[in-house]
Amino acid sequence: MIRVTLPVLLTSVIGLLLVAAFFFRGMDRVNSDLSEYFNIIAAVAFILGGGNLVRMHLDKVQRRRPGWPYSIVTVVAFLFTLIAGLFKIGNAQGWTGPVEAQGSWFNFTYDAMFNPLQATMFSLLAFFVASASYRAFRARNVEATLLLGAALIILLGRTFVGGLLTSWLPERLAFLSIPNLSNWIMSTVNLAGARAIIIGIGLGVISTSLKIILGIERSYLGGRES
Amino acid sequence: MRHIWKNPRVLLALVAAIILLVFLPRVVAHFDTRHTNLFAVLLIVGGAILFYTFRAQQGVKYFVRKIPGIAAIEEAVGRATEMGRPVLYVAGTQDLDNVQTVAGITILSSVAKRVAEYDAHLEMPTSRSLVMTTARETAKESYLAAGRPDAYNEEHIYYVTDEQFGFVAYVNGYMVRQRPATCIYMGAFFAESLIFAETGHSIGAIQIAGTAQPQQLPFFVAACDYTLIGEELFATSAYLSQDPKLIGSLRGQDFGKAFVMLFILLGSILSTLALLFKSGALTVLAHWVQAFFTIKSS
Amino acid sequence: MSAFMDRVGRMDRRWIYLAIALAVIIPLIARLSFPVITTPIVQNIFDKIDGMPEGSRMILSADFGPSTVPENMPMLQAVLRHALQKKLKVYLLTLWATGIPQLDAVEQNVLAKDFPDRLAGQDWVNLGYKAGNQGVINAAFSDFPGAFPVDSKGRDVRTLPIMEGVKRIADFNLIICIGSGFPGTKEWIQFGGDPSHVPVACGVTAVEAPLLYPYYPRQLLGLMGGLQGAAEYEAVLVKHYPEYEARSQEAIQRMGPQTVAHLVIIAFIVLGNLAFFAGGEWRGKRA
Repeated sequence: MIRVTLPVLLTSVIGLLLVAAFFFRGMDRVNSDLSEYFNIIAAVAFILGGGNLVRMHLDKVQRRRPGWPYSIVTVVAFLFTLIAGLFKIGNAQGWTGPVEAQGSWFNFTYDAMFNPLQATMFSLLAFFVASASYRAFRARNVEATLLLGAALIILLGRTFVGGLLTSWLPERLAFLSIPNLSNWIMSTVNLAGARAIIIGIGLGVISTSLKIILGIERSYLGGRES
Repeated sequence: MRHIWKNPRVLLALVAAIILLVFLPRVVAHFDTRHTNLFAVLLIVGGAILFYTFRAQQGVKYFVRKIPGIAAIEEAVGRATEMGRPVLYVAGTQDLDNVQTVAGITILSSVAKRVAEYDAHLEMPTSRSLVMTTARETAKESYLAAGRPDAYNEEHIYYVTDEQFGFVAYVNGYMVRQRPATCIYMGAFFAESLIFAETGHSIGAIQIAGTAQPQQLPFFVAACDYTLIGEELFATSAYLSQDPKLIGSLRGQDFGKAFVMLFILLGSILSTLALLFKSGALTVLAHWVQAFFTIKSS
Repeated sequence: MSAFMDRVGRMDRRWIYLAIALAVIIPLIARLSFPVITTPIVQNIFDKIDGMPEGSRMILSADFGPSTVPENMPMLQAVLRHALQKKLKVYLLTLWATGIPQLDAVEQNVLAKDFPDRLAGQDWVNLGYKAGNQGVINAAFSDFPGAFPVDSKGRDVRTLPIMEGVKRIADFNLIICIGSGFPGTKEWIQFGGDPSHVPVACGVTAVEAPLLYPYYPRQLLGLMGGLQGAAEYEAVLVKHYPEYEARSQEAIQRMGPQTVAHLVIIAFIVLGNLAFFAGGEWRGKRA
């Protein structure tokens, strides 16, 4: 009973406290202080995660499971970054300087490896957007056709070609120019849809939070009912 | 009746009531009256959720429409079992302080139970250590509830990295090498949503996604087989478990939506009429409706 | 013909990837660029900064990481140049751990190169990174020096002349967030700008922009969306201050490959639909 009751009670008390902090004066720091406590817990939990990561990959190396050389790369990279950052190797100011100081091994790892790798992964999106658009924007039915039309207008409207294509329109029909239509779709149609989804999400968040605070929803604890 | 005192909710309510009664005068004095309107909205919406939850607990049955994405989860797990390939589950890339991650872990409970029942293989890389810990507990209990504690292996739920694109690189690599038959994405996602979905599509996996990040929904809708949009993510737990209390809370959520829709309609009509007839009274009413939903600052 | 169009409709995705790669590489090498017209939603930000009196205080938050540098960095640099040109007091900070190098980059590329006469701690300050997401903004709302006690060099902010008179967020005249996720513009609006009645403007990635339109124009005075938004700001900056023409062209130049890529995507969409109809697939797919 204590294994479920205590977490539920703790969740309820802290949850209600945070809600109360918004409505009562003198509780300004509750939100920020509890956020700080969460950050501390998450930082300590990282030790657990990091330890699990190293153990898992070392086990893979030991048992020569498929892909084990890459596990060596993972462990070496992890330990190198950890040691370079912890001991501030190469920092001109030594241990007193910031961890990301210019010239430090950590800074070099960040600039020469982390930055390009992250940019590479992000740039995959350019290719995936194209292939997803090619597959998804087919006029299968009325709704899909409307989506296709809107997508074409917005894609053109974000470039100078959109303005060029409709530059011949007279002043009184300027609202039909592609850039203006694009702005209208974003600021009216998209706005309405976005607001509706946000309101629905907001209600879902209220409902889920209330269920968790009041202990109605306990699946995240492991599904046991008391 | 004797056991009512062992119910933690009763205990909590009792403690809260005592504290409230003792400190009521001070509580009222410290109440920030700028937020009275918001407090009223909270009482109305929250009260509705609690009311319908209570009613459902009493045995009243509420209808929940079929959500194809949720219904497909069972089919997707079955497909993975038949093909002898894993089920990949990603509960978002944010930490446990994000309610979407909690929703993702909640859904994991049902998915893990299905996986255990079907004797499939569940693989769950996580982007946060706390999420790994919680997910392990949840999955373990689900396997136990399914009568398959022997099938549970905590090594299949593991931490990868906090770094967004490092996590993406790992999950993509896993997908391309191990070719899971089913990919389930439930939680908060950012730029990685399309990368996951396109890679999943390229390996022929059946993909079910759910997120309350509005800007990522279009990518999931375009590339996944089924997408749970916004609040459907939060409704999944109720739908899968068929727990009366959770279904009752969905009804309360719908009441809240009806309440909001009513005021949107009312405000729009009042504002339009006030403009058309240049009526001061209607303008005041329209402003009152608007102010009711405005957060006032100092 | 039908069989051919059917094959086009099921084209290997690698042809699409190749076309996109060429659509980006060729304009980049050829330095292809197109005219950029500034839209009102971006112009509002420019007009606000341009109209602020000398000495006004502006928070400039760089809430992004290396992955969105191509979109966000041109915005950050253009806005910083403009603010310093108008002799505003700029308070640089970040709520992202990966935002620190971005602030270092603007210190080197904008402050050191274009405004070497401006003094750190007096005309501008780099308050560095503070962990805590929206909790930091919440704390700064009532106690700004408490939320950012030291600058990026470790100096106590209370000893800096630029912090004189700064007690809370309400003491600022403008907040600009250049961001790409959480925490970002929404948090600055909800916890900073709106409660303290300080105008907020932002520069975000193209994916984030649609979500922020509900806040415009009441809670958000302007929005730079993606590379297009960055290019628009650079275009209006260069139009009014031609001395920055050589230095403020990054986004304008990158719009060349983006425009060509957009056109290629449109071409593929049209091709896909032609294949869909000509290949007979639509007869079975109508819902």
